[in-house]
Amino acid sequence: MKRWLSSLGPHLWLLLGVLVFATPIYITLIGSTHDASTIGRGDVPLLPGSHAVENYTAAWVSGGSGRFAVSPASRMLLNSTIMALCIAVGKIVISLLSAYAVVFFRFPGRMIAFWTIFMTLMLPVEVRIIPTYQVIVSMDLFNSMAGLTIPLIASATATLLFRQFFLTIPDEYVEAAKMDGAGPMRFFRDILLPLSVTNIAALFVILFIYGWNQYLWPLLVVNDRSLETIVVGMAKMIGTGEAQNEWNVIMAMAVLSLLPPVAVVIFMQRWFLKGLTETEK
Amino acid sequence: MRKTTFKGTALPLLLLTPQLVITAIFFLWPAGAAIWQSLLQEDPWGMSSQFVGLRNFTEVLAEPEWRGAAWNTLIFSTSVAVLAMGTALFLAVQADKSIRGANIYRTLLIWPYAVAPAVAAVLWLFLFHPSIGLVGRALNEAGIAWDYKLNGNQAMLLIIVAAAWKQVSYNFIFFLAGLQSIPRAVLEAAAIDGAKPVRRFWTIILPLLSPTAFFLLVVNLVYAFFDTFGVIHALTGGGPGKATETLIYKVYVEGVQNVNLGSSSAQSVILMVLVIALTAVQFRFIERKVHY
Repeated sequence: MKRWLSSLGPHLWLLLGVLVFATPIYITLIGSTHDASTIGRGDVPLLPGSHAVENYTAAWVSGGSGRFAVSPASRMLLNSTIMALCIAVGKIVISLLSAYAVVFFRFPGRMIAFWTIFMTLMLPVEVRIIPTYQVIVSMDLFNSMAGLTIPLIASATATLLFRQFFLTIPDEYVEAAKMDGAGPMRFFRDILLPLSVTNIAALFVILFIYGWNQYLWPLLVVNDRSLETIVVGMAKMIGTGEAQNEWNVIMAMAVLSLLPPVAVVIFMQRWFLKGLTETEK
Repeated sequence: MRKTTFKGTALPLLLLTPQLVITAIFFLWPAGAAIWQSLLQEDPWGMSSQFVGLRNFTEVLAEPEWRGAAWNTLIFSTSVAVLAMGTALFLAVQADKSIRGANIYRTLLIWPYAVAPAVAAVLWLFLFHPSIGLVGRALNEAGIAWDYKLNGNQAMLLIIVAAAWKQVSYNFIFFLAGLQSIPRAVLEAAAIDGAKPVRRFWTIILPLLSPTAFFLLVVNLVYAFFDTFGVIHALTGGGPGKATETLIYKVYVEGVQNVNLGSSSAQSVILMVLVIALTAVQFRFIERKVHY
């Protein structure tokens, strides 16, 4: 009994924390089920209303109608999905290949290659905005999915993670493969890849969220409506934040924009936690 | 270092090609270009440019606007780091006490990590908008003039809260893992010696947690410097006035809106030096942790 009582305090604090963290989402969810005039008056009720279907339909089909209308959510969700998948898969593929080359071969220039990749860690897109934008324009990649994704798929963190993992693979595996006459690519495909599956899954979760949540880069390299991504599109709908905005549709759009990455975190939690703690080593 | 490796030079170079090509075109070349452009001055029509040495840097550093942005960045990032780490540590300590529920609470607390910074900003806007927000309206009705679009301090407060909210989950995961790795025996021994919970926290738990805390401090600062662009862009656009313009936001305004390449590049280079310093600190620390 005393034990139970002493754990009451922590439980109350944690419940309070969970509540505070959920409040903004809850209000948004509720808001997305009311009509614009109810929200515009400032009387957001604390219980769901009856306009959910029309708000989500408006967001899905038309993307709002006012001054700050954007592409339909169906289009933007598709764009975001393609972008996030290209970035995640691209990063994983090129990092697997380069980590494999650096760990399992001895060749001239190996250390230079490694440090070159490592340096990208220190050059986030935010510190090279204009020149990177100029490169995109000169390569004619402005307003294209390629321009949106390719510059983001170089990855020092993913390469370092795979390198770390490859270093733990026993020498006997390589010796056995060589003795059986397996070439380097055979070894990569039949032994290394199957062993890396958990690491790949963990990394995929983190990188998918990273790709989905891109903001500055899509803002810069895309102004074509048909390539708009949902995070940027949703933020555009706010405009200057006037009370007359179609807040009901904006709230529905906000829910749609956060649902996929949040679902990935919750349903793939085991890999998410593994990925998060291992990419930071 | 592996003892057994495969032979060949062409194959590994081929495998490295995609990564190296992208790195060269989209990272090294632009970074070099930023450094080069930071030494040039373009005429107002963009027709010609001349080499001016470090003049862009001295001009930027002397600009009151740049100093204002630097001050905003300092306030913003320390507040985000302190708020996000403090809240996370407190909740992690609570979760660590009730061992049974720890994993359930973790599930309920980690999802904000997945919310994009810009979306996080909008969620908090729905609460703190002066006329449609639940809290914003309540504040105004209680006689407190709340309008983040007019009051710079309130705007700063709002972006701090939105940015910190998203980062707490990340810190929580690492603090909880750190707490759970502290041997129970050490804590029990201290308890037997008569150390009260508060004393145990300050003399045992906190010192053992300090590597985690230091690592998180660097991560939180990097996050507040760079990843929060979306929060500011979606919520305040650097305003009102320039009250929420941080260094990164200023680079964007200078380069994209004002198309002042020399100044924007000089500011980028200053930020680059900052990231390199932070990364170096982070890696020195990790090396130390290995020997710990």
